[in-house]
Amino acid sequence: MSIQIADAPPGIQGQGFFATSLDKAVGLARANSLWPLPFATSCCGIEFMATMASNYDMARFGSERLSFSPRQADLLMVMGTIAKKMGPVVRQVYLQMAEPRWVIAVGACASSGGIFDTYSVLQGIDKVIPVDVYVPGCPPRPEQIIDGITKIQELVKNEPLRRRNSAEYQALMASYGIK
Amino acid sequence: MGSLSNQEIINHIQEAFPNLLVSSQESYGMMTIEVQANQVKNLFQFLYSNPALQFQFLTDLCGIHFPDQSGKELGVVYHLHSLVNNYRIRIKAFVPKSNPQIESVCSIFKSANWQERETFDFYGIEFLGHPNLKRILNVDEMNYFPLRKEYPLEDQHRTDKNDSYFGR
Repeated sequence: MSIQIADAPPGIQGQGFFATSLDKAVGLARANSLWPLPFATSCCGIEFMATMASNYDMARFGSERLSFSPRQADLLMVMGTIAKKMGPVVRQVYLQMAEPRWVIAVGACASSGGIFDTYSVLQGIDKVIPVDVYVPGCPPRPEQIIDGITKIQELVKNEPLRRRNSAEYQALMASYGIK
Repeated sequence: MGSLSNQEIINHIQEAFPNLLVSSQESYGMMTIEVQANQVKNLFQFLYSNPALQFQFLTDLCGIHFPDQSGKELGVVYHLHSLVNNYRIRIKAFVPKSNPQIESVCSIFKSANWQERETFDFYGIEFLGHPNLKRILNVDEMNYFPLRKEYPLEDQHRTDKNDSYFGR
C-alpha cells in the first residue's frame, strides 16, 4: 500500500526552501482536509452513507472526519428532499457555519425539488442558501457524490483568499438576505 | 361485526335526534351516515355516552372537498369505533365553502385535537371551540388551503419547469 501525498502547488524550489503564493498553500490545505456536515433527509442520505463506508471511502479524499456541528464544518452536504418547513432549518445550519463555507446539493430534490413538484416541498435549496456544486441523480451513485466532492475540492483549491470579501460575494449573500 | 346492527344504530340516533340524519348507506358491511353539521357535537356526546353504543374511540377524522356540490362543498368525515361492541361507523357532515364552520369534538375526543388542526390546515374548515386551531403540517406563512380543489398541486415558484421542454 502506498501513501498518496497531495502534489505541491506550482512554486519556486531551491535547496532548503520552497516559495509559492499564500492562497495556493492555504487552498491545498483546505481542499484536502474538508470537514463535511451531512444534512441527510432521505434516500440520497443512504447513498451518502455508502460513500462514507469502506467500499467507496470518502476519507481517501481528505474528508476523514464528518462534523456534526455546523460550527466546525467547512462543507454543507444537503442530501434529500427539503420540505418548505425544513427550509429555515437548512438556512439556520448554513448561518451557523463559519466562513469559508461551501455547499453541495446532492440529488435531484436538493437541487431542484426533483419529482416533488408540490406545495409542501422547497424547489431546490438554492431558494434559501447559495450552492457551489449540484450533483444530479435520483439518487446519485456514490461515484457521483465523490465526483461532486472533488469538484468542491477544485473550487476550494483555486479560491483566492480575498474572494469572501469581494463585492460580488457580498452581493450574492445579500441576495439571500445574509449579511 | 359485534352485537349491534346498523338499523339499531339508526333507530337510536333517530330517537334522540329526529331531524339529524340526512342519509345512510352501507358499503362492505360498514355504515356511512350523513348528518346535519349543526348538531355534530351533541350527536358525538350521545354516541359516546349512550350505554348501548359506547363509541369511545375516534379512529380517524379528515376533510373532503366536492367543488360541484353547491352549498355543501366541504365535508368532515369521522370514523368511530365502539370497542365494547366491536363496531365501526363512518359519519359525514357537510358545510358550505362560504361559511365552513363546524363544532369541534375535542372536548369529547382528545385525539381530535391534531386531526382537526390538520383538517383546518388543508381544507380551511373552522372547528368552533377548538383550543388551538392553527396550522399543524404546513408552513405558518402559507396563505391558502392546499387540498381544496381550486388550487394547483404544483408549486408555483418552480423555475426549471419550462413548458416548452414538455411540448405544452
